[in-house]
Amino acid sequence: MLDAAHGGDDTGASLGSQQEKAFTLALSVRLRSLLAARGFDVVTTRESDVTVDADRRAEIANRAGAMACLSLHATEAGSGVHIFVSSLAAAGQRQFLPWRTAQAAWIPRSLELAGVLNSALSHASITVTLGRVGMPAIDSMACPAVAFEIAPLRSADAPGGQSLDDPAVQARLAEALAAALVEWRSVARGGREP
Amino acid sequence: MIPRHQAVILILLLVTSIVMSVVLWNLRERAHQRLLQGQASAPTQAPQVAPAEQATLMVASDADDTVTPRVFTLPLPQAAEARARVILGKLFELYAMPGSAHPAPGGASSVAQVFLLPLSGGVARSDSASRAPARSQIAVVNLTGAFASSHPSGIETESLTILSVCATLHANLPAVTQVRFLVDGQQRATLAGHADLTRTYLTADTTPTEGVHP
Repeated sequence: MLDAAHGGDDTGASLGSQQEKAFTLALSVRLRSLLAARGFDVVTTRESDVTVDADRRAEIANRAGAMACLSLHATEAGSGVHIFVSSLAAAGQRQFLPWRTAQAAWIPRSLELAGVLNSALSHASITVTLGRVGMPAIDSMACPAVAFEIAPLRSADAPGGQSLDDPAVQARLAEALAAALVEWRSVARGGREP
Repeated sequence: MIPRHQAVILILLLVTSIVMSVVLWNLRERAHQRLLQGQASAPTQAPQVAPAEQATLMVASDADDTVTPRVFTLPLPQAAEARARVILGKLFELYAMPGSAHPAPGGASSVAQVFLLPLSGGVARSDSASRAPARSQIAVVNLTGAFASSHPSGIETESLTILSVCATLHANLPAVTQVRFLVDGQQRATLAGHADLTRTYLTADTTPTEGVHP
């Protein structure tokens, strides 16, 4: 499940010449194509510039019963890629999950997913920072979920500096993410039980 | 030749005018003296400022995604809520300075109020000086709408701001174990589109040793 963050009235961060909502949608479309070519069934939260609230995003993810849920974001602050897992405390799996803290039952699997993404991106020479965050959209997702935030690739990532306006950045990140999700599929072996 | 009664009236009027002039002159002098006495009783000393004390600020850095303790000497009021507001004001002042490692406009005025409320049944870790367990508190930080609206948007930068506020409060007021945020006195979904402002943050999750990743 690919969630292109923001959209419609919610423009997100300003990234040089473009807005976060446009960047995440373009990355989502590109990544969906790459994953489909690798045999994935991909569900997205939006395919155009429309407003989708946090509850609707979580609803789409939960209905899909996805093997992995990626919320795509971008920022001008910092550098490299930031991968966030929900900061909810891990809780046991139950038949009924509270909507606002559904992710708590999936924290161990989300941390595993973050680890696989970290390895794959590091293998592609992209600097990764792992963190925990409280975000309404991923807190309500009942699937292995991470928020994936892309900042300009600087220093070790690209000595000359690569801004998010550079089309090559998007292609490089999409390729690295697709490779990471192929790896995650082999780890998960198709199961979605936490 | 004027009549006698008219001469008497003229003299009486003249005498009355002279007496009234003397009385008015005396009243003026008394008013002038009162004014001078009032100026003498005005305060000549500057108001006493709060004594300068050391405060630990947990300062965020976007470059390495860390929150690092830095000690500053500030005039701090004795009242805990005013103290918390001054400390957070200094933190936001650092973020608003040119060349800040974690840029966020607004400065010291970004914090409208800080309220400290006791938690029912909660006991915070005792500090080494008093060795007495303090009753744990929840801090409610009321940010200004202008600050939230102008805060840079991004998961990392918003998380660092929240983390640094929670960690700074806990570092200076150990009884604070939980933090909630309001914007202009109202609950707000996110700080600038990402980090959740509706939840209660636990300061235990933000206590660093050297530097901490959010």
